[in-house]
Amino acid sequence: DGMNAYMAYRVSIKTSISLFKSQEFSVKRRFSDFLGLHSKLASKYLHIGYIVPPAPEKSIVGMTKVKVGKEDQSSNEFVEKRRSALERYLMRTVKHPILLKDPNVLQFLESSELPRAVSTQALSSAGLLRMVNKAAEAVNKMTIKMNESDAWFEEKQQHFENLDVQLRKLHASVESLVCHRKELSVNTAQFAKSAAMLGNSEDHTALSRALSQLAEVEEKIDQLHQDQANADFYLFSELLGDYVRLIIAVKVRPLQINDCLNCQTTFEVSFTNPLFVFQLEGKVEQGERDFEQISKTIRKEVSRFEKERVTDFKAIIIKYLESLVQTQQQLIKYWDAFLPEAKAIS
Amino acid sequence: MVKDGDTLTFLIESEKLSGTGVYHVDRTYDDFEWLQQHLFSQEEVSGIQGVIFPPLPVKAQVNASAKVIKQLGILGLGEWRAYCKAMETFVRQIAAHSILGKNNAVEIFLTSSDPPGRQRVRKNIFNRLSQAMEGMRKEGHKDVDEFFQTERDHNLVFTGCAKTAAERFLDVVQTEQKIAVACGHFSTALRLCVEQGEDPDKLDFSKVCVKLSEVFDSIQKNVTSVAENNVSTLGLGLDLESRYQEAEKEMLYRRTCKLVELETTRRNAEKAKPVKKAAMEEVKKAAETEFDHISGVAKEEIARLQAARVKMLQQALVQWCEKQLLTAKESADQFDQHLQAFRGMA
Repeated sequence: DGMNAYMAYRVSIKTSISLFKSQEFSVKRRFSDFLGLHSKLASKYLHIGYIVPPAPEKSIVGMTKVKVGKEDQSSNEFVEKRRSALERYLMRTVKHPILLKDPNVLQFLESSELPRAVSTQALSSAGLLRMVNKAAEAVNKMTIKMNESDAWFEEKQQHFENLDVQLRKLHASVESLVCHRKELSVNTAQFAKSAAMLGNSEDHTALSRALSQLAEVEEKIDQLHQDQANADFYLFSELLGDYVRLIIAVKVRPLQINDCLNCQTTFEVSFTNPLFVFQLEGKVEQGERDFEQISKTIRKEVSRFEKERVTDFKAIIIKYLESLVQTQQQLIKYWDAFLPEAKAIS
Repeated sequence: MVKDGDTLTFLIESEKLSGTGVYHVDRTYDDFEWLQQHLFSQEEVSGIQGVIFPPLPVKAQVNASAKVIKQLGILGLGEWRAYCKAMETFVRQIAAHSILGKNNAVEIFLTSSDPPGRQRVRKNIFNRLSQAMEGMRKEGHKDVDEFFQTERDHNLVFTGCAKTAAERFLDVVQTEQKIAVACGHFSTALRLCVEQGEDPDKLDFSKVCVKLSEVFDSIQKNVTSVAENNVSTLGLGLDLESRYQEAEKEMLYRRTCKLVELETTRRNAEKAKPVKKAAMEEVKKAAETEFDHISGVAKEEIARLQAARVKMLQQALVQWCEKQLLTAKESADQFDQHLQAFRGMA
């Protein structure tokens, strides 16, 4: 408890991969450990063309609430959101065939003690603005030679920018949906209470009973609404949120490669969304052949990303549909049970 | 019902019990008010003040003010279908009433080709009857009859409960409508994600997006259907119940006012000087007779209302349950079809 306290997350692994010393084990990690891992992977792999899964978001407000021991609904939700995001981050990382073998990742998963990660501060907004301005200046100074590789990258960049806009729209409409579902749950609960009061003041016995039953049915339906709101939230909101971040990460690369053509350029990253921070700076002095290799890696990565995206999406949608069907079947049960009660009034 | 600029016109079809003809007339809200005012002003009918007058909904307009919309409650939703049903119920209740149905105005309202509402109305008794709510300080006046005291106490509680239940049900329906709109937005946003080109990965993703948007079209249909069922059955029922409880409240109050009047005349008769005594006794006797008549009518009306409302609520609850059951079954089928389609996608 208190400001120096931290939340520890248990990472449990079950594996049959020979890379690991044992088949089942678990370790405790803090949020800053995850950030540290990401920072190491990003600096190692991003500039040679790999799509590194972005770090889970840091939210000062949410974490502070938990630290000072405020035991309320929103801080529990926050921890659950974060836990869920961390799980997804790890899954994405280990699914990547190259990243899985990285010694940093292995150490993260196996070591009982990790050295405390430093420099996990998010950039301040002033620092970010400075970085963006520097990147814009650098781009203006360059002359970029176009050849067919460039065309592919330019198309991809455009494509990713479109995707970004689309996914943001989706994200916004899903959040609206989730918000209204929660509202519906509250309103249904309120109505259930008022129906119960009606039942209590009613003299006619059978009508009174039916009204009380009505109140109970509405309470059950309220629970269904809550479950549905959670399903909506977790399945879509987080997934879309993740994809929005992933898009940003992928956006970075084409810029870098364009810079590479001029060979001795210091490149920096430009952002469209200041929420996501990559501290990436480096000098590229690579020849034509290295560029070929990097561009091949990028194309493979993009294709892998797109396939994974579709598979992820389908799996999530199937789960969602299953929950929809289940909800309707529950409703059918409730209505079937209520109907005779309603008919019995006379 | 027809919309004509700012006014709503109702088309009423009625058939005489004696079988002498079918009548089609059109009426506006002013005509309904005319009818109501005529019924209020039947001074000559003894005990008229003991009648529970069928409640007329608030006047609706095409571009109604926020205040009017709030007063209308669930009747203000959608394309005035619920409102129309409520107006129909009003006419039915009046025509079926043993005392009110006999009034000449009813026949004129239902059969005359000239709209009756354009004539000036006698305001005096209308003012007295409907504005008996002025000076509510008499409401707490103790009754001489235990039956009525109980009824008044119960009505006070019940009016509040019914109004609250109707308002909260309205909240539920309005949130359901918001969810339907949000689903529509999400579905549209998904269709915008369809990408051009022959890239197989892109086509796959587009296919998933299109199929998912169809899922959300189904969800939208389901929620819209649920909301419509709510309005057309239980919503109308709760609204009518709430307005009838108010109507009973007004009747009981009129009777209480008469009681106060009666007790005043008794005191006057007692305290009167011999010169005036005979006259005062006359007044007292008249008041007593009238009060007895009113109480007699009131008792019958209360019994009638009790039977009618139980039946009405039973019908509403049964219809509501049956409709929601049907919607749930249809939706379960539709969602299941989508689920199978997704599972079948390679």
